[in-house]
Amino acid sequence: MVEADHTDALNPATLARIRQMRDLYPSPRSAVLPALWAIQDELAYLPAWSLEVVATELGLLAGDVEAVSSFYSMYFNHQPGRHQIQVCRNVSCGLRGSDELLRHLENWLGVEDGGTTTDGAFTLEGTVECLGACGGAPMMQVDRFSYENLNPERAEEVLTKIRNSEPRDLD
Amino acid sequence: MDDEKVLTRHLGAPGLTTVGGYEKVGGYQGLRKAIQMGPEAIVAEVKASGLRGRGGAAFPTGTKWGFLPKDVFPRYLCVNADESEPGCFKDRVLMEEFPHQLLEGVLIAAYALQVTHAFIYIRGEYRFQRELLERAAKEAYRAGYAGKGVLGTKWDCELIVHGGAGAYICGEETALLNSLEGRRGQPRLKPPFPAVKGLYGQPTVVNNVETLSNLPYIVTEGGARYAALGTEASPGTRLFCVSGHVERPGTFEVPMGKTTFRDLLELAGGVWRGRQFKAMQPGGGSMQVLGPQHLDVPLDFKAVAEAGSSLGAGALVVMDDSTCLVDVASRLVDFYRHESCGKCVPCREGTYFESELMHRLEAGIASRAELAELSDICANMEGRCFCPLGDTATWFVMSALRMFPEEFESHCGAGRCPVRAGSEVAA
Ligand SMILES: Cc1cc2nc3c(=O)[nH]c(=O)nc-3n(C[C@H](O)[C@H](O)[C@H](O)COP(=O)(O)O)c2cc1C
Ligand code: SF4
Ligand code: FES
Repeated sequence: MVEADHTDALNPATLARIRQMRDLYPSPRSAVLPALWAIQDELAYLPAWSLEVVATELGLLAGDVEAVSSFYSMYFNHQPGRHQIQVCRNVSCGLRGSDELLRHLENWLGVEDGGTTTDGAFTLEGTVECLGACGGAPMMQVDRFSYENLNPERAEEVLTKIRNSEPRDLD
Repeated sequence: MDDEKVLTRHLGAPGLTTVGGYEKVGGYQGLRKAIQMGPEAIVAEVKASGLRGRGGAAFPTGTKWGFLPKDVFPRYLCVNADESEPGCFKDRVLMEEFPHQLLEGVLIAAYALQVTHAFIYIRGEYRFQRELLERAAKEAYRAGYAGKGVLGTKWDCELIVHGGAGAYICGEETALLNSLEGRRGQPRLKPPFPAVKGLYGQPTVVNNVETLSNLPYIVTEGGARYAALGTEASPGTRLFCVSGHVERPGTFEVPMGKTTFRDLLELAGGVWRGRQFKAMQPGGGSMQVLGPQHLDVPLDFKAVAEAGSSLGAGALVVMDDSTCLVDVASRLVDFYRHESCGKCVPCREGTYFESELMHRLEAGIASRAELAELSDICANMEGRCFCPLGDTATWFVMSALRMFPEEFESHCGAGRCPVRAGSEVAA
């Protein structure tokens, strides 16, 4: 059986980035995480075939790549919402009302923790990981930006703005 | 306090995130001087500074560098920018406000250790900061501070910014190396230590962002001057992150040894809303809880150890008298359960049982017999785990249980949280 070649399915710039990473490191295998990031930046998640592309490009087995991608919580194997909201629930945020904030957003967005809104705009997650903004607790991270010193109204405002704007350019 | 600053001395200078702006305040002069001094003199200066690692273990930096076997090349430098310790956000500040100070420190260390590849491993959640550093690194290349033939010498140095993908354990140095090699981020058995056999099996130094950000000052002003900012036992300054129930949370650079927890609390505006101080956690989520009787303990490694905790990664989380310690402990245990890498049984299973029990306790449905089990579970974890994560998953819980036994006991069979039930919720 001839395996399908999926390299065409990726944007050439993504593929070029993976190859550039492969040549940058003393060992090509070090480019696994950057390669997965490059693909997730393009596709928003990592379909199974994309792991094979990484394996082929870096001279690994697809199983090796999957063993790696499944270890890290930021790689998705299914399509998430256009924007990811993470509400930090660790101690400093907890002390300043993160649980109330999360509950409020669940109600307001009409999703449970971990769910995606019906319009596909947001995936909401309460996380036990401290997101490194404890000085601005309670906080949420939406995509790559953190929003701090939140109360329910401010969080609603931020999300309304994001929902009504085009998805942010990745570069 | 108008003590001399090291890490934040250029705060507010215009354009600091660009090479040009940083050069205007004397940036990259340390690297020039370091290259003139030569590797051995730099290591001697770092030893004289008494600088100890800011990543948590407080190991003397010069001594760690001295462990690299002579004449074994290539060697590697890895910058630990994985900052994921609950309560810590200082490395983020150092990267956002002073990215070139960090890069200069990295290059000084790279030159001292004669490495040709320096990797900055930054946590996946710091995506914005990763891009900021990538941009700064590009600028450093263009200005001749990195890349082929740094500043006209024969020394080449690649700066590679490497993004993690959401795993606290990758802050542990050997897990970081595995992750950087493109593997699951699980710790390696030590020895061999990274200094002997690290990245790709070669001699490797792993240092924290703050540790390295001190180097431009140490090289230009001298190790002795740096040391004198603190005390003999705790030299230099440190950037502390204060959060929780205070009026003005934030990062504060203070002299080590001469500053107390009370001073830090005051810098952060004191306990918020006029409430009373109840407890604090220094060092980050991994460290033991301290009480009001410890407020006058100085920020000195030994003094804090004698008080029963540690300065860890430089955080201070303050809790007011409305706080339920069972709730706080439960949050931390949830975190460790989530972040346990699964490699060893005591941690993987221990954090699971620990968190299930904490949830029952928090909800007021655990019995006293179950509470007694909590100590058993922790005793079976501590000292039996493959890496420190498993041990630290027990420290807050056990210390809180010792300091506030009645608070834990009053939850047993109460049917709800007896502490928070009375007071209104924090927000
Ligand atoms: C579970 C765990 C997590 C850690 N996370 C970090 C981290 O995020 N950043 C860091 O610099 N050190 C972290 N460390 C400490 C590192 O293993 C290592 O000691 C440190 O990076 C050495 O740098 P330093 O000597 O400059 O402090 C962690 C250790 C453990 C056990
Ligand atoms: S103690 Fe926990 S984090 Fe460390 S190796 Fe064992 S399972 Fe992994
Ligand atoms: S505890 Fe929420 S950002 Fe650190």
